[in-house]
Amino acid sequence: MLEITNLHATVADKPILKGLTLSVPAGEIHAIMGPNGAGKSTLSNVLGGKPGYEVTEGSVTFRGQDLLALDPHERAAAGLFLGFQYPVEIPGVSNVQFLREALNAQRKARGEEPLSGGEFLKLAKEKAGLLKMDMEMLKRQVNVGFSGGEKKRAEMVQMGILDPAFAVLDETDSGLDIDALRIVGAGINAIMRAPDKAVLLITHYQRLLDVVAPDKVSILAGGRIVETGGPELALRLEAEGYDAVMA
Amino acid sequence: MTLATLPTRHDEAWRYADVDALARLGADGIDHWQTIDVPAGTSVTRCMTAGSDTPEVHRLRVTLGEGARAAFFVTNRGGDYTRVELEVRLAKGAHFEFGGVTIGGGMATREFVTQVIHAEPEATSNQTIRAVHWNTGTGNFLGEIKVARHAQKTDAAQDFKGLLLEAGASANAVPQLEIFADDVKCAHGATVGALDEAARFYMMARGLDPATAQRLLVQAFIGDAFVALEDEGERETLLAAALAALEGAKL
Repeated sequence: MLEITNLHATVADKPILKGLTLSVPAGEIHAIMGPNGAGKSTLSNVLGGKPGYEVTEGSVTFRGQDLLALDPHERAAAGLFLGFQYPVEIPGVSNVQFLREALNAQRKARGEEPLSGGEFLKLAKEKAGLLKMDMEMLKRQVNVGFSGGEKKRAEMVQMGILDPAFAVLDETDSGLDIDALRIVGAGINAIMRAPDKAVLLITHYQRLLDVVAPDKVSILAGGRIVETGGPELALRLEAEGYDAVMA
Repeated sequence: MTLATLPTRHDEAWRYADVDALARLGADGIDHWQTIDVPAGTSVTRCMTAGSDTPEVHRLRVTLGEGARAAFFVTNRGGDYTRVELEVRLAKGAHFEFGGVTIGGGMATREFVTQVIHAEPEATSNQTIRAVHWNTGTGNFLGEIKVARHAQKTDAAQDFKGLLLEAGASANAVPQLEIFADDVKCAHGATVGALDEAARFYMMARGLDPATAQRLLVQAFIGDAFVALEDEGERETLLAAALAALEGAKL
């Protein structure tokens, strides 16, 4: 589903990704772990198309399309979801309005009929319930006044509503307490664990992987994937640390 | 006999005006006031969309009686010089509410010029102005507040925010406070900034095209100006008029 080949990227002319190659087929949840500064967030931002991240070499193919040729909103319509490490507050815009406009923009780009207000609210209620989020929160302004944990939970509600084929989740577990971690993990499983979907799960810690059992685990260090293995690789990292495992 | 003469930029209240447009309007076209008297204890709300392809100057002189209330809400989206001027005089305990939006690109100047006179004690006024501009468009707010010597317990507020969608556009805010009483509250604030790029990327990552993302952000930005307008239909009309002007703006 996602093929990254020899990807090189710079931020403010500083090389961060230095020949990253990774393949994630449909049906797979692939965890990316790595030390600070390895390029994990750069990888997610490059995949999402954030301005300021320049690809200098390599390619990214998503469902047969050249992902890097698409604008961020076109990537979303093509089925990519980027879960933000730091979800952005948008004062003056309600979650309901934002998500309905976003979903209908994606549907329009795919040649589908827009959802009516009633249909959308029904869908939003169902997905919010999955993440144990009160509908009242969805009527509030996007992420404004949300705690760190609520923001991450709201990200997952967004993912549920937008129903992407592929999710890149950048440290979705940061800022979550143990209960919220379980809820978010269960949400990822419910929304994305399917034969025709896939996830790139960027994380620092094993604890999210206890809930969302990954099929594969890769270590990103120095801008490249240096090792790929099964779930046991994450357990080894947790027990021994990056230095020992990568030595 | 008095001869009407054109104002010049030496007049404080006209310092950012488009003098060429004023010349096209002529002195007689400018020296024209609409008078609104709001009797004691009564209330008036006016909503207006100003602006066309030719210069416009709207001048209103509003007098509020004791305990009266006047609320004005204006979308100023002129394609040419468009000035909305309010001269307001408040009696004891009266309230004046103003929400204004200037929006537009091109080369035009749109402006709000207010003079709020707290002539007696315990009157309140609140002004919220938002300016959204692009190309070499300009938005001005010249807000003068005068508090008379015995107008104690006056509470006057001015809040201006400008959003410039590209370099070349400008927003000017000139608060002018003349306070002769000592027990008063007069708050004023002015900021000018660009669109929140992090918010724009976040919205695009969720599937909104650049124009829709910008429209939502601008809608949220200017919404403050009409918060105090209770009639939802009128509020939608003013917002829609402003957002229609955004079509074709720099993304």
